[in-house]
Amino acid sequence: MPEVQRGLEQGTGLDRALMVDGNAVAGLLYEIFAMEVTTGEVQCVFCGRRGAIGSLLAFTQAPGVVLRCPRCENIVIRIVQTPGAIYLDARGVTYLRLEKLSRG
Amino acid sequence: MERTLAWQIATVTAIRPETPRVKSFTLTLPNLLEHRAGQHYDVRLTAPDGYQAQRSYSVASEPERKGEIELTVERIEDGEVSTYMHDVLVPGDQIEVRGPIGGYFVWQAHLGGPLLLVAGGSGIVPLMAMLRYRAATGSDVRARLLYSSRTISDVIYADELADLAGQDNGKVEIFHTLTRAQPTGWSGYSRRIDLQMLTEVAEPVGPAPKTYICGPTLLVESVANSLVEIGLDPAHVKTERFGPTGGVPRGG
Repeated sequence: MPEVQRGLEQGTGLDRALMVDGNAVAGLLYEIFAMEVTTGEVQCVFCGRRGAIGSLLAFTQAPGVVLRCPRCENIVIRIVQTPGAIYLDARGVTYLRLEKLSRG
Repeated sequence: MERTLAWQIATVTAIRPETPRVKSFTLTLPNLLEHRAGQHYDVRLTAPDGYQAQRSYSVASEPERKGEIELTVERIEDGEVSTYMHDVLVPGDQIEVRGPIGGYFVWQAHLGGPLLLVAGGSGIVPLMAMLRYRAATGSDVRARLLYSSRTISDVIYADELADLAGQDNGKVEIFHTLTRAQPTGWSGYSRRIDLQMLTEVAEPVGPAPKTYICGPTLLVESVANSLVEIGLDPAHVKTERFGPTGGVPRGG
């Protein structure tokens, strides 16, 4: 995964003024998962940090959405939309933990 | 959970100016789901050629307000959506929305307090929903708000905030800072939010406050880092960044 590791090796030099929170892409994530997932916990492949998707750093001013780890700044999730499909690349995530919905 | 987050056509029933650059829009929806304080709606515009622009706006009203929601929107000079909402929309018009969205930047009474709220500019909006919700539910959680604006005329909800601060035996306290210009006799802060200001506001609120910070990204970054520096648990510090001042995608 040379592309994904680049951030760690070279320093990301992120323009932090551009970033928003994972919470800001909650609508798009809802389209994919058909449920609210920003409170779901993910673990970063690179540094092991665990935290809510809503706490990831989100960059939305590109053709796609890039979610980075707030601790090591590596890319954990990428989402790209085409007219007919949504691509989700989550290779920076070890796991995603979602609470089971309580049965009423 | 059912798949509830469909786009729907809302009707604008009222538009109220808050400041020279900020308006509140009251919307009714065919399928209105109760939101939680801090959640947002996506607003989508579609041009005749199919081009779409979409932005997210925080709900300003409390969930207890039935049958309608209110979005408070700052007009961003080169924004695609906020300029339309400010310059074109009139009561009776329709607009495409979906929501409520986002479970992360949310406060509910069962989460307890005390509450520490820090806002920059229109970052006040989701925090106002929390304060309105707190008041509507009769919560006795202690709350402190530190609110940074450029000038006195940029302060959103100024009168309502003053009213809130006068209620509840001082359990809600509001601290303003004006960064660009201050009226004569101004007794609030007169500078950007800094470590000393945060220490003065945060420490008396009590241990382990539930903390919500919303505003331009660099303000949120600086405030979050400072609060962790003065000993707050990062797990209880939730942030909602706008991007560059006013910016994209939350504001435009």
